[in-house]
Amino acid sequence: MNDNTMISFENASKSYGALQVLRNLNFHVDPGEKISLIGPSGSGKTTILRILMTLESLTSGYVLVDGQQLWHEEKQGQLVPASEKHLQNVRADIGMVFQHFNLFPHLSVLKNVTEPQRISRGVAAPEAKEAAVELLEMVGLGDKLDHYPGQLSGGQKQRVAIARALALKPRIMLFDEPTSALDPELVSEVLNVMRKLAHETDMTMLLVTHEMSFAREFSDRVIFFDKGVIVEQGAPEQIFQNPCEERTRNFLHKFIA
Amino acid sequence: MDILVEFSPVLVKGTWTTIILTLGGSAVALTMAFITGLTRLSRRLYLRAVATIYLEIFRGTSALVQLFWIFFVLPFLGVTLEPMTAGIMAIGLNMGSYGSEVVRGAVLSVDRGQREACAALNYTRFQTMRYVILPQAIPVMLPTFGNQGIELLKLTSVVSLITISDLTFSAQLVRTASGLTLEPFMAILIIYFILSSCIVQFVKLLEKRMAKGRGLPAGKGAV
Repeated sequence: MNDNTMISFENASKSYGALQVLRNLNFHVDPGEKISLIGPSGSGKTTILRILMTLESLTSGYVLVDGQQLWHEEKQGQLVPASEKHLQNVRADIGMVFQHFNLFPHLSVLKNVTEPQRISRGVAAPEAKEAAVELLEMVGLGDKLDHYPGQLSGGQKQRVAIARALALKPRIMLFDEPTSALDPELVSEVLNVMRKLAHETDMTMLLVTHEMSFAREFSDRVIFFDKGVIVEQGAPEQIFQNPCEERTRNFLHKFIA
Repeated sequence: MDILVEFSPVLVKGTWTTIILTLGGSAVALTMAFITGLTRLSRRLYLRAVATIYLEIFRGTSALVQLFWIFFVLPFLGVTLEPMTAGIMAIGLNMGSYGSEVVRGAVLSVDRGQREACAALNYTRFQTMRYVILPQAIPVMLPTFGNQGIELLKLTSVVSLITISDLTFSAQLVRTASGLTLEPFMAILIIYFILSSCIVQFVKLLEKRMAKGRGLPAGKGAV
């Protein structure tokens, strides 16, 4: 295995009973790489993000994050299923933005971004606030600090969610269809923030999306999934202009038509 | 009426006893409700089993029988309790069993996405419960807890059967001593109603305080 690998899936499989959603998946992500995962619904792309965020367990195989086993830990020279504590240690480097935002409705916008810093990183209140205000200004919500999530539009909620995830300074950011739940006119405000992040930071980013034109400009590499396997991967120009596989062509055709 | 005034210290004392029983019983009930309700959501089977056994026994038998066990049977097992303590325990354990289902239901009603967000923010299970799930679940519990508080107040009258002079028993005392029937029972009817109104107002106040500043009502669309 390459030392310079941020994420690797090694023979990773995931089943729900008889339904196999990922089959012997192998892929690697370099540090700082921006990757888009595309493919039809049910192809397993969201499951990849959920396994990385420890929301779903692996059925078999291995996942490594920055060289460390995520779902396993070594005990007396043997790899055993990871304890809660091990999962917490490894996932501390990972942040996630959800399709349905999942903001904390009982907290103001500012507290949504300050509390996680205090609770999960032990950051002192003044520093947490300073960082939160800066991030919320960066996503264009500096004037909404005292609002509650229920008072915001979908696009605003998603921008708060991005600020909240960034506040913990993750090295890996996962975006699970971040614009799929938004009204069409609100999509661009979220994409603008993500575009900025992709250009200005060296975070490793994985994006599951159906926004093909955004995937094209955002990513260094595009991976096309179908039925739990990687059908094709490559530079965005190659995948979108010159897909090798019939299945990729058929899938992309639906977006162009 | 003069006679009632003459006997009013008895009623005042009875009222006070009923208030103590209600407050003490509520404290025990709330404690048991949270412990049992949360334990029933535990991943450990034996914890869930213990909590379920408590729930089913105390929900499935009458409060009066539980009271008799605590006051009359436990001494044979070497545990003797003061009447007030026995009364508070019986009322609290009985109502706590119902309350535990309220706690469990409210915790389960919090959207799954909230737990996922907590995992993504690397909260521990305790932190998730303490800072995210309970603050959203408690407002859901409040209206039902209000109802149960009133139920608990009315349940306190069973303790007269273990020698405690609560409000209901005081009315009986006044009736026997004065020969009046309508007046003492009318008096305690009004007193019970005032006490339960206090509970209603208290819960309303709590609901208002918790709703303050939360913007739109919870549960409307994705947050």
